[in-house]
Amino acid sequence: MTLAARPFVQIDNVAMRYGGVEGTLALRQCSLDVGEGEFVAVVGPSGCGKSTLMRLVTGLWPPTEGTVIVGGGEVAGPLSIAGMAFQNPTLLPWRNILDNVMLPLEVVQPHRKQLRAQRGMYERKARDLLKLVGLAGFEAKFPWQLSGGMQQRASLCRALIHDPRLLMLDEPFGALDVFTREDLWDVLQDVWIARKPTVILVTHDLKEAVYLSDRVLIMSSRPGRIIAERTVPYPRRRSLDLTYQAEFQAIVHELRDRISDARKAEAAEDAR
Amino acid sequence: MPADAPRSAEALADAARRRRRLERALPWLVIAGMFLVWEVLVRAFSIQPFILPAPTLIAESMGKWWQPLLSNAWATLVTTVIGFLMAVVFGLALGVAIGSSVLIYRGLYPLLIAFNSVPKVAVVPILVIWFGAGFWPAVLTAFLISFFPIVVNVATGIATVEPELRDVLRALGAKPRDIITKVGLPRAMPYFFASLKVAITVAFVGSIISETVAANEGIGHLMLVASSRFDVPLVFAGLIVTGVMGVAMYWVAVTIEERTTGWATRGQNDPRLATGG
Repeated sequence: MTLAARPFVQIDNVAMRYGGVEGTLALRQCSLDVGEGEFVAVVGPSGCGKSTLMRLVTGLWPPTEGTVIVGGGEVAGPLSIAGMAFQNPTLLPWRNILDNVMLPLEVVQPHRKQLRAQRGMYERKARDLLKLVGLAGFEAKFPWQLSGGMQQRASLCRALIHDPRLLMLDEPFGALDVFTREDLWDVLQDVWIARKPTVILVTHDLKEAVYLSDRVLIMSSRPGRIIAERTVPYPRRRSLDLTYQAEFQAIVHELRDRISDARKAEAAEDAR
Repeated sequence: MPADAPRSAEALADAARRRRRLERALPWLVIAGMFLVWEVLVRAFSIQPFILPAPTLIAESMGKWWQPLLSNAWATLVTTVIGFLMAVVFGLALGVAIGSSVLIYRGLYPLLIAFNSVPKVAVVPILVIWFGAGFWPAVLTAFLISFFPIVVNVATGIATVEPELRDVLRALGAKPRDIITKVGLPRAMPYFFASLKVAITVAFVGSIISETVAANEGIGHLMLVASSRFDVPLVFAGLIVTGVMGVAMYWVAVTIEERTTGWATRGQNDPRLATGG
C-alpha cells in the first residue's frame, strides 16, 4: 500500500489538551497518514497519547488544534464507519455471545432499521464472523463462561459486525498470555486478509506490531507525536516462523533502538 | 490410620448434601433457639409480663386476637406495598436521571441527602394536615423512606458503565438514550434489586411509624392501642407479625432478583449455574 493514493485517515498537525488551557497536553504536532486498506501499528511508551489518538480518529473527541480527516471528510462527530476493540473485552454479561456481537447492529444505521425485518440474515452474518475467529458453537454461551482469549475474539467480532471500513484496536491482546496472543495475531491477520479494512493497531508489543502491520509508526512520549516510521516488507499470509528469522528480529531491534533513543533525547531535554 | 484414609466421592457427596440440608434448616433452628432462650430467661428470672412477656404468652395473645391482628396486618401490608411500589417507580426514574446526567446529579444530590436526613416521623404530622389521618400518610411515609436507597443504587449502576464500553457505543453513533437502555439499565439491575431488599424493609418502618402517629387501622395503630391498655403481649405479637411480613416481602424481592439477574451472581453457591459451563 503506497501513500501516493489519497490517504484514508489523515491526521494533520493535531494537538489535544485535556481539561482547559492549563490541562495536560496529550498530543502535539501529531501528523500521520494511513492509506485505505492499510494495516498500521502505532507503538510507543505508555502514556504517550495512543488512546487519545484512537478517540480523535473515531470522532469521540474533537482535537484542540489541527484537523482529522477520515474517508475524505473532516471528522466532526462519532464515526459509525469505525469498529473498536480494547484491551478489556467489555462484553455485556447479561447477553450471550451472539447477542453481544450483534449489539452494534442495534445502534448503527442502516442496520438498526433493518435488524428486525432481516434478523435471520444478520444472525447468519454474526455466526460466520464467530466461525472466522474460531468461536463456532459458542454463540449461546455467556461471556463469563469463556476464557479471556475467547472473550477477546468475541470482542473483535463485535468490532467487525457492521462491516466497518476502519478498525481501531487499542492494545487488544495486551492482557492475554503469549500463546493465546499469537493465536489471535493469526485470527486478526485472517480477518484482515478476508475483509481488508483499514486498521490502526495501538500496541506496546513491537513483535506484534511488525508481525501484523504494513507500517509501524513510533510515537514519542507525552505530548505524543509520530517521530519515526518503518515499513514492513513481508507479504501476507505471514507465519509465526517469520518472527524467529534474523531479519524480522532486526526490524524489531531497530524499532526498539529508535524508541529508546527518543526517550533518551527527551530525558536529556527534560534535564536541561 | 483408617481415620485418615481418603474419603470416597460418595461420602463427600453425602457430606455436601447434609451441609445443604443444615443450611436450609439453620434459620429456623436459630429462631426456635432464640424463642427458647427467651422463654427460659423470662421464667428463670420471673420477669413480669408487662415488661417482657414470654413467647408462650405472646402466642396465646396471638391466638386470642388473631382476627384484629390479621385485618390490621393486611391494612399495613397494603399501605406498605403501595408506598413501596410508588418508591420503585419514582426511584427508578430519578435514579436513571441522576445516573445519566452530571448536571442533574450535581443539582439534586445535596437536596436529596438533606431530604433523607429529615426524620420521617417529623413529616407525618404535615402529611396528616394535608391528607387527614389514616391511609395516605402511611403510604406516603413508606414511600418517602424507601425511595432513597433505590435512587442511590440505580444512579450508581448507571453512572459506573465502563468508559470503554461507552466509547464503543458512542463511536457507533449511539445516543445517550441508547447507552442507557442497552447498557446502563441492564447493568443497574443488580444494584436495583439489592436496593429493593433494603427498601421493602424500611417501607414497613415508614408505614408503621405513620400508623402509630395517626391512623385508625394497621399494625402500628394496633400496637399503640395495645400498649395504652398495657397489653404488652399483644404489642409483641404485633412486632412479630411485622417481622414475618418483612421477611416474606424480602423473600419476594430475592426471588425476583434471582430470576432476573442471575448473571450477576453467577456461580456463587448456585449449582444450577455452575454446572452450565
